[in-house]
Amino acid sequence: MPDLSVTLCGVRLDNPVIPASGTFGYGREFAGLYDINVLGTFSFKGTTLLPRLGNPLPRIAESASGMLNAVGLQNPGVDRVIAEELPALAKVFHKPVMANVSGFSIEDYAETCRRLDACEQVGWLEVNISCPNVHGGGMSFGTDPGMAAAVTRAVKAATTKPVIMKLSPNVADIAEIARACADAGADGLSLINTLLGMRIDLKTRRPILANTTGGLSGPAIFPVALRMVWQVARAVDIPVIGMGGVSSAANVLEMMMAGATAVEVGAANLVDPFACKKIIEDLPDEMARYGIRALSEL
Amino acid sequence: MREVIYTIQQNEVLTAGVYRMALSGDTSAIAAPGQFIDIQLPGLYLRRPISVCDWDEGGLTIIYKVVGNGTAQLAGMKPGAALNCLSGLGNGYDVAACPDDAVLVGGGVGVPPLYGLAKRLLAAGKRPSVILGFNSAPEVFYEAEFRALGVPVTVTTADGSAGVKGFVTAALPEGAYACACGPEPMLRAVHARASGGQFSFEARMGCGFGACMGCTCETLTGYKRICRDGPVLSYEEIRWQQKKQ
Repeated sequence: MPDLSVTLCGVRLDNPVIPASGTFGYGREFAGLYDINVLGTFSFKGTTLLPRLGNPLPRIAESASGMLNAVGLQNPGVDRVIAEELPALAKVFHKPVMANVSGFSIEDYAETCRRLDACEQVGWLEVNISCPNVHGGGMSFGTDPGMAAAVTRAVKAATTKPVIMKLSPNVADIAEIARACADAGADGLSLINTLLGMRIDLKTRRPILANTTGGLSGPAIFPVALRMVWQVARAVDIPVIGMGGVSSAANVLEMMMAGATAVEVGAANLVDPFACKKIIEDLPDEMARYGIRALSEL
Repeated sequence: MREVIYTIQQNEVLTAGVYRMALSGDTSAIAAPGQFIDIQLPGLYLRRPISVCDWDEGGLTIIYKVVGNGTAQLAGMKPGAALNCLSGLGNGYDVAACPDDAVLVGGGVGVPPLYGLAKRLLAAGKRPSVILGFNSAPEVFYEAEFRALGVPVTVTTADGSAGVKGFVTAALPEGAYACACGPEPMLRAVHARASGGQFSFEARMGCGFGACMGCTCETLTGYKRICRDGPVLSYEEIRWQQKKQ
């Protein structure tokens, strides 16, 4: 039996497959479909200090081999996540979960992380400085090396858990942002968030998304994501989680060959709710095909 | 919800641009009228949600209007072809919550799920009546099928070329309990005239099963996902948004 295990920031994962934030809720919907303990872990829905409704509809548009979303960080707020979602999750998921956090100020990020730091279930904090669908927050922290470093330092001071900074591809030099986060003390990096995009409805001549622009995900972005993972993995000495259009076990191996320690799967969960389970089941055969005995050797 | 490979048994035109497709396969995940299936189509990334018109143990029927790439592709498919679907999605109509004299109100391609609802209300010993609204006579479909169930049927057309001239509300008694499905302006008008009921909504969806938050709306009882907490919402919880232009 090939060895699928990897170690992410000092925590062992049974396999490197991690459903990406925003495509897996807080686990409930999927726990009703399959035993989600087969996952390495999962990154829960982007959580903010205060509850958010998110953007007006439509929030979704399709494109070739992908989709645009402009959900806008809809979530019940960190206190309700801790009071309701995490206890419900504990009944069906018995591994450390990755807590995805977003904010609108450095203090927001730090306070949300401080509250999650007290939760034993949380194994890692994934700090989203790359959401393209909110104004005055999200991506604005991830496109400037100084701001990215400032968020990293503030979050590191608020928690003892491993801090993984989630990076935006909507920058000129992603390696520069990656180095800024690593130098500021990040324990790991995850990338890429969605690529900023837009569609227009030919009949109405107006943008399909109420937010005008949204984030592109799906297989269309896989080569861009792979290139950026490769660039970042060469630029820093901390673990990198690769994501962006991953839809198969072969894609997982490719991401790991580019330098990823673990791999997040996003949009694929939305078009096939069993995608992550199937990828994990396919990994041993795919590894055997290329003579890989242990994923950790990649 | 269940992932099911259905086989197309029949795919026929009902009226211009509107098709009925019969599918065979596992329907065990379908629990209520008003639920939908989410269909994967070659070359299209997102699945296409289509409401279930009727179902039995061996299969189901859907009725769809060609409005874009996905439905155009469906219209070209032949019997024998396989369709990967997520089956039994969404919160459908609550048959038990309907009074004896519920009025089923459908507009255009909102009509189909009411057929399955009518059958189940009758099976539960209730006596529903039906109002079917269309733009004009050539667009009318399923009038005969509803009549064959033995329920009173009123057809309305906006131009008066068939049945009662006007919108569905022209035939809807004030204060009725309405089970409605159709375009949002119709739902609003029915909601304003009714005193109770259940209303089925449409939205552009991402996943169709409640994971992506792509179709959330605000209701009087909190945020609801059209795909999972809907598409059927109750009269009491609906909160109409001001349209932004």
